[in-house]
Amino acid sequence: MASTLAAALPHGHADGNTKATEDGASAGKRVLGLRCRECRQEYPIEPIHVCDFCFGPLEVRYDYELLARTVTHESIARGPLSIWRYHDLLPVEHLADTGWRVGFTPLQPAPNLGQALGLRDLWIKNDSVNPTFSFKDRVVAVASAKAREFGFDTFACASTGNLASAVAAAGIRVGLKTFVFLPWDTEQSKILNALVYGATLVAVKGTYDDVNRLCSEIADQHRWAFCNINVRPYYSEGSKTLAFETAEQLGWEAPDHVVVPIASGSLLTKIAKGFDELQQIGLIPQKGVRVSGAQATGCNPVAEAFEKGWDAIKPVQRPDTIAKSLAIGNPADGYYVLRIVREREGAVRQATNDEILEGMRLLASTEGVFAETAGGVAVAALQKLAREGIVRPDERVVVYITGNGLKTLDAVAPSLSPPPLVEPTLASFDAFLSQRETRA
Amino acid sequence: MPVKLRIPTPLRRLADGAAELNVEGATVTEVLTALEREHPGFRERLYDEQGEIRRFVNIYVAGEDIRFLKGLDTPLKEGDEVSIVPAVAGGA
Repeated sequence: MASTLAAALPHGHADGNTKATEDGASAGKRVLGLRCRECRQEYPIEPIHVCDFCFGPLEVRYDYELLARTVTHESIARGPLSIWRYHDLLPVEHLADTGWRVGFTPLQPAPNLGQALGLRDLWIKNDSVNPTFSFKDRVVAVASAKAREFGFDTFACASTGNLASAVAAAGIRVGLKTFVFLPWDTEQSKILNALVYGATLVAVKGTYDDVNRLCSEIADQHRWAFCNINVRPYYSEGSKTLAFETAEQLGWEAPDHVVVPIASGSLLTKIAKGFDELQQIGLIPQKGVRVSGAQATGCNPVAEAFEKGWDAIKPVQRPDTIAKSLAIGNPADGYYVLRIVREREGAVRQATNDEILEGMRLLASTEGVFAETAGGVAVAALQKLAREGIVRPDERVVVYITGNGLKTLDAVAPSLSPPPLVEPTLASFDAFLSQRETRA
Repeated sequence: MPVKLRIPTPLRRLADGAAELNVEGATVTEVLTALEREHPGFRERLYDEQGEIRRFVNIYVAGEDIRFLKGLDTPLKEGDEVSIVPAVAGGA
């Protein structure tokens, strides 16, 4: 695909790279179609998401032999500083870079948090700094590009909160009308974050699972691109870029162990897939990346199944957690998460509301990163995994921080003390200081 | 008693394109049995080889997942809406 990418990039691309110029694979060739993950039935590239026969999830098929011949570290490095540098490994036909910097977020060493947890080589993939402040910008960038390619004029989603603003903003960028469906108890800040872009928001009286079911039925009635329903096979591929970037930022090498928050579970499965693909096409050395997951105790269907050794997920009917972005009671990819985590020698751990808040504070106070509640879940789970020796002190560990703390201020506010109030005089400030020293 | 059964897109071909059917049955099992009788082909799509509802099929009665009710034995009353919905949706 390198020549297509070269043509689309503002600066020259394909010259001086024999691997990249060997084939000049077109998008049509590198993306072969869709395939059912369960019964392997194949389908063309269309806005469909489940197998007609067994209802299994459809996944994008690529020509990995072609990609192995055409994609190089250099061809990627010449791409834009966004997810679109990995365009060859995404199911979008034409380079969809709108100039909007989605992805290529910092991978930062976390020595202080590492010290607190007894880990010597800990890194944070800080996805709280995307355009709408969560990793959802990645999946939405791919889904909105695909929605345009399919000729849709309306872009919609069922959201736990973060997806809402990502969809609303992307709609503006790519020129699609947007419909966003949310549970009615979604955080006010996330609702405002979507409304500000002018999206049509619909609050649904129910849980996220109710919203999701309603949207599945709406998607059957209206010819809209629902990013996590009928364009889900394409949308979810965007999460692979979190693995691609991690490997590239580590000098084209996979970490030993990753810790990922779980809502539907798609993020975790796609991060695992991302590392697999890089190995398959020869961009990183072969290595078994260990994969662990994190859930909130108030919505823990995957963690419970993992802990009890079940193969099936028992849905949670009424999620009750401050980590609302993870509050999916019936996670679509939960079954696959269990398989991946078990195969890759990881574990799933859960965090109570207090542990989530403590995780947020620990991350902020050690590394200066303010994560939303889902980040608190990830840090709290990492803490447990480290304490139990499942994440080992000598491993190179990456923990994924997927959303910004400013999105969940309501959750953190009650646990923080208000600042002291002083008169605008030195005397008043000195009195405050001496009082503080006395207390200390 | 008749209930309204909502058919998802992948299965509508089996129901001559219908998005909704009125089907008789006092439980979810009875409705699905009646559906198979009237529109053969549904059974093998909805049930796996062990006779269980497939992993990626959700069935709702009046908007509630039957896993939280009485499963396939969930009783139905006249006018209830039963929805068959693919499970793979949502999140990211």
